[in-house]
Amino acid sequence: MKKIWAWGALLFGLLYFTLPLIGMTNFSLKMRRGEYSFDAYGKVFSDPRFQETFTYSVMQALFTIVFGVLLVVPTAYWVRLKLPRLRPYIEFITLLPLVIPAIVIVFGYIRLYNTSSWLPLTGSLTGTNMLLMFGYATLALPYMYRAVDTGLRTIDIATLTEAAQSLGAGWATILGRIILPNVLVAVLSGAFLTFAIVIGEFTMAALLNRPAFGPYMQLLGANRAYEPAALAVIAFGITWGCLGLIQLVSRFQKSAPPKA
Amino acid sequence: MSFLTLTNIQKSFGPVQVVHGFDMSIEKGEFVSFLGPSGCGKTTVLRMIAGFETPSSGSIVINGKDQGTLKPNQRNIGMVFQAYALFPNMNVQDNVAFGLKVAGAQKAEIDTRVKQMLSLIKLEHLADRFPYQLSGGQQQRVALARALAVKPQVLLLDEPLSALDAKIRVSLREEIRQIQHQLGITTVFVTHDQEEALSISDRIVVMNAGRADQIGTPFEIYNTPATRFVASFVGTLNIIEAKVADPAAGAVTIGNQQVSLRDAIAGMKGGDNISLALRPEAGSIADSAKGDTALAGQVVSTSFLGSVIRTRLRVGGDVISFDMFNDPGVTPPVSGDNVTLRFAAKDLLVIRE
Repeated sequence: MKKIWAWGALLFGLLYFTLPLIGMTNFSLKMRRGEYSFDAYGKVFSDPRFQETFTYSVMQALFTIVFGVLLVVPTAYWVRLKLPRLRPYIEFITLLPLVIPAIVIVFGYIRLYNTSSWLPLTGSLTGTNMLLMFGYATLALPYMYRAVDTGLRTIDIATLTEAAQSLGAGWATILGRIILPNVLVAVLSGAFLTFAIVIGEFTMAALLNRPAFGPYMQLLGANRAYEPAALAVIAFGITWGCLGLIQLVSRFQKSAPPKA
Repeated sequence: MSFLTLTNIQKSFGPVQVVHGFDMSIEKGEFVSFLGPSGCGKTTVLRMIAGFETPSSGSIVINGKDQGTLKPNQRNIGMVFQAYALFPNMNVQDNVAFGLKVAGAQKAEIDTRVKQMLSLIKLEHLADRFPYQLSGGQQQRVALARALAVKPQVLLLDEPLSALDAKIRVSLREEIRQIQHQLGITTVFVTHDQEEALSISDRIVVMNAGRADQIGTPFEIYNTPATRFVASFVGTLNIIEAKVADPAAGAVTIGNQQVSLRDAIAGMKGGDNISLALRPEAGSIADSAKGDTALAGQVVSTSFLGSVIRTRLRVGGDVISFDMFNDPGVTPPVSGDNVTLRFAAKDLLVIRE
């Protein structure tokens, strides 16, 4: 009897999550009257604005990942190695983007870095792009920090650091050749999550007026019928692809050398 | 002039002082062990030599150069850790080559040196293996090769055998000693295992509560312990409480029996309490020619340990143990037997606190 309830709950959950997706996918394939087709997808892919915004967001995601890795890996490493008592506070700070809405963050940015401020980042395209990238890095911080911190927990960083130091290595060598390669799987997990966040982010890109994928999806959704559904399926595909890659690299980690 | 000199080293962590006025001079090529229980400060001293901890005061000089201002990566000191600390992302070859690459050595030089080191530890055939594919003993040999590859001026071994099983521990310690002899490298070895320290060291520093209680050869440390702590920590020693009867004649009273020590007792007067030490192997109840001193006692228990039979004997207010070799022709005493324990007066040592 208990099993029936368990299966029932599982079935309800699956339907709850999959029915809208099935419906949306079904709708995205019905652009041609009376038959299924990929016309909506074709239209989306052939739209130059899709290519432009998608490329822009992918580039932003890559820069965000690089910046996030450069910011988070040394920070998490240093906190674990030298300032373990600060760990709860750092964790709290990294969690703030989950409770502070993106709109608050971006208005703060605009107020701080507008053209009349001491650092007028919004005064140029490069500056605004950088500001957007910093915003994305902030949004991705909880995921990136947690992933890297979990990775660092699996290795004895204090002893590995001392071993490398006794062999003449400086901090850059230790981070680049010992620590980073040993938390690479964790960094990749954080990177894929960052990628998924950046590709779908709307608020910051829209308010900073940058041609990102999120605002494009919103624009298309406001003006077309079938294409937005196709775009949503594509966006889901990208996110799930990222999650799949996280699973893949996690599996890869199981066959990699266990940590000292 | 000594190669490694530690002068009046003090170290405090907050309000807790863990090393008190530590002085030590180590000659070039010498193998010195720091021996002591957990928390005695031996690893802290080692870490100060490596540069991982900074002394609160005092100086560390290696080959005439003060190490005070040098960072750990500038000291050219090889270190082997208890947890192996091999880099998990590198295979054996790359682990051994790491220090040489950091130093900017040429590829040909690196290849030659790595081969030499792997040959030294007899693991040439495992050059492509990753650390997780090696046993604990193999990992520690690789760690040793990695530390030696950069030709360090001093080799520090921080309880390198503690994580290994007993058989590997014995074979690896012999290998370490042989490699150290072969290379003539000045080595400091930290251990809490007295057998390890006694078997491979030129000299031993017995540490207690942040101080060096005694520094000496294994022979000196074992046979003439300077303090009660050294006596109890190194080997199995009987501590016998006695009273001074005649200090000039070296006479003491144990229970109601009087025995004479080899030497006069300096700085004490008749009636003073005194602690004496007697090694279990120094006495015998079977061999009347064993010594010139005798103590009567009653057998409390007898334990058969294979090659040795250990008997516990009540003498005065103390229970002391002594060992005799297992001889099938001699029947061991049983509980309740009254026996006479014989030993040489020179084996009864006066112990300071």
